[in-house]
Amino acid sequence: MGVPRGSVLMVTGRNGSGKSTLLRILATAIRSDHGTARVEGFDVRRSVQEVRRRVAFLSHHLYLYDSLSALENLRVAARFLGRDASRPALLPLLAEVGLADRADDATLTFSAGMRKRLALARVLLQPASVVLLDEPYGQLDPPGFRLVDGLLRRLRERGATVLMATHLLERGGDLCDRGIVLEEGRLAWEGPARELAARSGLDAPALVEGGA
Amino acid sequence: MQLRAALHKDLLLQWRGRSQAIAIFVFGATSLLLFSFAIGPNAEALRQHAAGFIWLALLLSSTLTLAESFQGEMEEHALEGLLLLPADARALYYGKALANWAQLTLLGVALVPLMVVLYDAPLPRAGGLLGIILLGAAGLSAPGTLYAAMTAQTRARQTLLPLLLFPLVVPVLLASVKATSLLLTGDPMGQLYAWTALLACFDAIHWSLCGLLFERVVED
Amino acid sequence: MERGGEVRSYVLGAIGVALLAWGSWWGLFRAPRESFMGDVQRIMYVHVPTAWNAMLALTFAFACALASLLRGGWKWDSRLEAAMEVGVALAVLLCIQGSIWAKPTWGVWWDWDPRLTTTAVMVFAFAGILALRRFVDDPVKRAVWSAVAAIVAFVDVPIVYFSVKWWNSLHQMQSSPETVSSAFHWPLRINAFGILFLMSGMIGLRARLAALRLQGELAPPLPGAGPGGRR
Repeated sequence: MGVPRGSVLMVTGRNGSGKSTLLRILATAIRSDHGTARVEGFDVRRSVQEVRRRVAFLSHHLYLYDSLSALENLRVAARFLGRDASRPALLPLLAEVGLADRADDATLTFSAGMRKRLALARVLLQPASVVLLDEPYGQLDPPGFRLVDGLLRRLRERGATVLMATHLLERGGDLCDRGIVLEEGRLAWEGPARELAARSGLDAPALVEGGA
Repeated sequence: MQLRAALHKDLLLQWRGRSQAIAIFVFGATSLLLFSFAIGPNAEALRQHAAGFIWLALLLSSTLTLAESFQGEMEEHALEGLLLLPADARALYYGKALANWAQLTLLGVALVPLMVVLYDAPLPRAGGLLGIILLGAAGLSAPGTLYAAMTAQTRARQTLLPLLLFPLVVPVLLASVKATSLLLTGDPMGQLYAWTALLACFDAIHWSLCGLLFERVVED
Repeated sequence: MERGGEVRSYVLGAIGVALLAWGSWWGLFRAPRESFMGDVQRIMYVHVPTAWNAMLALTFAFACALASLLRGGWKWDSRLEAAMEVGVALAVLLCIQGSIWAKPTWGVWWDWDPRLTTTAVMVFAFAGILALRRFVDDPVKRAVWSAVAAIVAFVDVPIVYFSVKWWNSLHQMQSSPETVSSAFHWPLRINAFGILFLMSGMIGLRARLAALRLQGELAPPLPGAGPGGRR
């Protein structure tokens, strides 16, 4: 199947259905056993570096250094990306995710929600045209939810292609264009996101229960 | 440049973890003390074996340093995160290996005064000794960083790292001990050069080989 | 490796045992007594062939490691495992033989002979890699890591040898048993081939075992599998 450029796709399914695995394959974090995948024309197996340059991935592994501060974590990433790693350049990013006042505290002391916010900031740092989000709403509080919503809107405006794996079907309705349901690693359903949120047929209530 | 980014990151991580580094120094110092108990209070014997013991202490401590250098990378899979940015795997290796080299050199240098005191070792050529410590630490760091990256992802990481590393660095141990011993007690037959060359050779081979192989070890 | 391959391994093994028996009998009973060292020197008839073959096995392991990394394919990984195990076994035998020779000759069990010491280091190096394999569950990682480790270990061997040689040269002790005159060559060669065939047979069988185990690991879970399955 294909995902049109600039659209937002919701990926959902029971626990263990393969949502994370799908995103990880597209992010080139793991290799698939069979089949092929292409990101913006580049094969995930053959042109790994090209794919990585275009993809930003929010994994459930948060990719953070516990012993470093929030700002330092971003600094490290910015340096590798060849971007401005100075304090004035990165502080606004932390402010966006609500961590400006904790910029110099060690990540070790953060709550799960704060770590998630930092991971989101790290994703925002990357100039990616394809953004993969694995459970972005996880561990967040209602203000956090709104933060992610805002993030999705911004990414859309930017013209980025977004794939979001989530259990929170209610939020998908207006933010996502299309949705797919995975079951045991296979595509079980594909259609407009609005329909997915409302669908009573293919295990949608069961899905919500399983995710809640 | 990516290597600079990697080096900056690894030195920063080491600086943050400096209390661990101090603990490792204490471990090394304790080892030196215990080794002297194995010999007994015979001053002449102690002096003879000083070179061997300081390198043994450094070797044992290196497993702690090397293992710890990947601790932070594995907790939240930060290494994977960097690779996906994308970051060059080789830069990541050399950054880590250089940082480990620095830490091991510092450790070696810190243990020297202890060796002088406990083993009554003479110290006529301190500059040369620094050189040997630099070369020896480099020999431990190159393969050690590679294997630490591997074993940090396995179950029995504490036992596997020394198991894999020790046989490999036998030449480093032999050459460093021999060279140190010659520096401490004199070098009538001019052998120092040969041992130094051996160390340099080992370092050259392993710094290139392990750098090449690192990518395969951390990529899925 | 199909049934035919298995039979071939057994045949090789049988030939190997036969040759080894013949060569050993010749060396032990028929070859003339060595003038200087006496009967103890007869161990050389097994020791030298074992040394050749141990080195051969580990070199083969190195080749398998390269193939595994550069070309991929599970069969190279199976062969790597087999070659390393057989190589380690032969190297251990080598050290034991060296000790058996050293005790009556020099009065000590171990005399730091460069070749034997390098062999001992190799035993530990490759045994360590075999241990590594046990602690890695993911077959892909296991294959890549053991290949990497095997390459580094093998490249290290000459360096270890030279360092031990120089280190030992100050305490000069003429060490391992040496081949002396041509009258002694035949049992040596026969044994060398004997061990070679035996070893090839064993590597073949061991590789097959490794391949079968791997198949079991990689096989997709059976539908409706019980507690043992991966559901």
